[in-house]
Amino acid sequence: MTPLAGYLLVAALVFAIGLAGALTRRNAILVLIGIELMLNAANLNLIAFWRFGPHPEALTGVMFAVFSIAVAAAEAAVGLGLVISIYRHVRTADLDKMNRMKG
Amino acid sequence: MIPAVPMVAAGVIALLKQPRRRAAAALAIGSLAFSLLVALAAFGHVLGGWASGHAVRESVNFTWVEFGSATVDLGWVLDPLSAVMMVMVTFVGLLIFIYSTGYMAHDENFTRFFCFLSLFAGAMLGVVIANSLLLLFMCWELVGLTSYLLIGFWFQKPSAAAAAKKAFLTTRVGDVFFLLGIVWLFAQTGTLLFYNNGAGSMEPLALGGLLAAPAALGLSAASAIALLIFAGAAGKSGQLPLHVWLPDAMEGPTPVSALIHAATMVAAGVYLVARVYPLMQAGMPTGGTTTALTVVTWVGASTAVFAALIAVAQNDIKRILAYSTVSQLGYMMAGLGLGGVAVGMFHLITHAFFKALLFMGAGSVIHGCHEEQDIRHMGGLWKKMPVTFATYAAGMLALAGFVPFAGFWSKDAILESAQGWKLSQGPFFMLVFGALLTAFYMTRQVSYVFFGAYRGHGHAHESPRVMTSPLAILAFFAVTLGFLGTPAWPWFRSFLSDRPARFELAGFSEPGILALMLTSTGVVVAGLLLGWWLYGNKSPRADEPDALEKAMPPVWRALRDRLYVDELYGATVIAFYAWFARVADWLDRRVWGGIVSLVTGFFGLWAKFNRFLDTYWVDGAFDKGCEELSSGGGLVARVQSGRVQTYLRLLALAVVVLAAILIWSSHP
Amino acid sequence: MTIVFWILAALTVAGALAAVTLRNTVHCALAVTTAFAGLALLFLQLDAQFAGFAQILVYIGAVAILVVFAILLTRGSETSEHGVFSPTWLAGLCIAAAVFALLGWAVLRSVNAIPQQVMAPAITVKDVGNALMTRYVLPLEIVALLLTAAMVGAVIVAMHEKGDVK
Repeated sequence: MTPLAGYLLVAALVFAIGLAGALTRRNAILVLIGIELMLNAANLNLIAFWRFGPHPEALTGVMFAVFSIAVAAAEAAVGLGLVISIYRHVRTADLDKMNRMKG
Repeated sequence: MIPAVPMVAAGVIALLKQPRRRAAAALAIGSLAFSLLVALAAFGHVLGGWASGHAVRESVNFTWVEFGSATVDLGWVLDPLSAVMMVMVTFVGLLIFIYSTGYMAHDENFTRFFCFLSLFAGAMLGVVIANSLLLLFMCWELVGLTSYLLIGFWFQKPSAAAAAKKAFLTTRVGDVFFLLGIVWLFAQTGTLLFYNNGAGSMEPLALGGLLAAPAALGLSAASAIALLIFAGAAGKSGQLPLHVWLPDAMEGPTPVSALIHAATMVAAGVYLVARVYPLMQAGMPTGGTTTALTVVTWVGASTAVFAALIAVAQNDIKRILAYSTVSQLGYMMAGLGLGGVAVGMFHLITHAFFKALLFMGAGSVIHGCHEEQDIRHMGGLWKKMPVTFATYAAGMLALAGFVPFAGFWSKDAILESAQGWKLSQGPFFMLVFGALLTAFYMTRQVSYVFFGAYRGHGHAHESPRVMTSPLAILAFFAVTLGFLGTPAWPWFRSFLSDRPARFELAGFSEPGILALMLTSTGVVVAGLLLGWWLYGNKSPRADEPDALEKAMPPVWRALRDRLYVDELYGATVIAFYAWFARVADWLDRRVWGGIVSLVTGFFGLWAKFNRFLDTYWVDGAFDKGCEELSSGGGLVARVQSGRVQTYLRLLALAVVVLAAILIWSSHP
Repeated sequence: MTIVFWILAALTVAGALAAVTLRNTVHCALAVTTAFAGLALLFLQLDAQFAGFAQILVYIGAVAILVVFAILLTRGSETSEHGVFSPTWLAGLCIAAAVFALLGWAVLRSVNAIPQQVMAPAITVKDVGNALMTRYVLPLEIVALLLTAAMVGAVIVAMHEKGDVK
């Protein structure tokens, strides 16, 4: 198992864990945490590939990862703001109770 | 030049639609005077041709309609027959036009009257000079139309309007047969022209073909067509079954009666028979006669006697003259059948003159007695209206056939032919009896009107000069015209049949002539005396019964009621027609209406059925389908739980599946 | 496959696991912070210094704090009777397992196809900055715009509306 493969597997594992959390937890904020974990895992993937892939001097991977971090931060801010706003209306952060989109 | 003659008269009509009386009268009279001049010129031309030995028969033909190889031609002809008629029509017509200016002076529809008169004159002249049976028929119908318009001139009177309608319908019956004859003739010979340089229908080639073609009942086509055409003439000239319209036509103004129903239109029927005489005569064995001519003779003779009988018992001055006209027309037809074109036409010409004279005289009497028409309210007018009396007497004697007036010679010619008829002497005796009756009823009329005491109201006065001058002129002709046809100098007959005429007294000594003349004179004198004995100088008042009535009441009543012919028609034809109309109406309403309702009902049912289908089947199916769709949708919508995590799960699952597929497919 | 790697990997995975399974939400937040830290160290080990420090700054310094704030603000029925997991947690777990299986399989199958260089790249922050200003200037500007928009949006979303109960 090459080093790259190791990093990739770790990233995959973290991604899966984050996904599991996002899919199973009731609390909306914990879903967001899961999403953050997934994003981070993706970043790890990117860096790993940059390190072990061709042309690392192009800095593609690093740039990608940095921009990803920035965007993730923005998205986390907005998402949490949404959760807070919803909390004000329904007094709960329980996702199972938020089914107004039920068809 | 020949076609211009009636066209000028007719062309004036369109301009006559103005309320300008003098202009209208002047135009009408002027146009007819012009036509007279042209007619005289044509007559002179024909006369010259006759005198120099070669007969004139000129025609101008042109093609009107062409279909395939057949053509329908129209044309005009000038020959002795048409020349004579033209002169007569224009001359008598002109005199009557002048007379009308006086007679109709008080009428407010003056211009309309002259408009119709001119139209009539044009149409009549068209009939006279037509060379094509079709053109003749067209002008014939036009004559009938103007007759309708003129009879019903005072259309505000319901009796006048009804009389006009009766005239038109009765002549229509005859016209239907006429048209059938025309069509058959065209089908058989391919042409309707009379004379066309050998190709016309009256010329030997065509006639031979017609004789050969068979019709029904053993008649040849020639005879059958001739009879059909005669039916048309019978309607127009008031022969026996179709005479009922003529007495009622007296509802029109007197000039109308004079022109149309004495001198010209009714003569058109006689003229028609004369024109198609070659057809009627076709196949005549020497010394014998054809079927067509036999029919013509018997019908004419019966009409003569029938009408004369009825005339005896009438009380309206014009109605007596009307029945007299019918009777004289019978004489003309008999003359045609017995002796040929010349005999019949001669009587037509003389009759035109003295009958017009009599009618105009009657008009003068009516005018002078302030529109009184019942002879029982007149009397003693010979003192008050001398000119009228003198001219009327001349006319009356001419009509009765008193020697040497015109009517004597023409009637005698007919009697002579009747005596020589091989088939039977029946017509001869009928005609002689008719002459007796004619003298009788005319004497009765003259006695009532002119002799005795005046029984009318108001003051009788003589008519103005514009009315009496034509009377005088006609009286002159009534006396003298007969001399054109005496046995000593048979100018007329020769002129028409293209033989030279010579004056020779030896004509009087032909066998039987003198005896016949004496016989007829005796008959006439007998009639005159009988009439005078019964009526002369006595003046029964209106409410007293007539002398003859006292003698033979039932006969009188039958005669006065016109031998119930009108009633017969009313009971049969008209009743049938009314019944038929009712049947048709019932049929229309019940049967056709029923069918329509049936169809409507059927469609209504069909519509209801459709609605039922629609509601239960179509709608039901549709609704069911929609319900299923709804519940299906509901089922599917359960996926939309509204829970974010479910969506996420599905997303992830989908991605996994897709990725797996992708990777697997790229497996080398 | 050095020891450092294994330790850091274990740390990260443990933190992640803890983040998704702990009952107390604040504990989850702290656990995820350790996961972030582990990842940052992994970045550093991969010679991506800039990325590693950016990770520390942004994620641990901002996002984690934000999460904690949000948790604190939305406390209510936190420790409730019904469990922290949704009733259908097994489906989610299966799906996650499937995803991991797929990814792992993909990695293991294909990793030998890529030529890998083991030499560390000589990258300085100066190079990063240079790249940001030249090659990646457009994404930079867009991200700036994005961050501004996000900031404004977050403020609006979380702002107290008129008449709302505070």
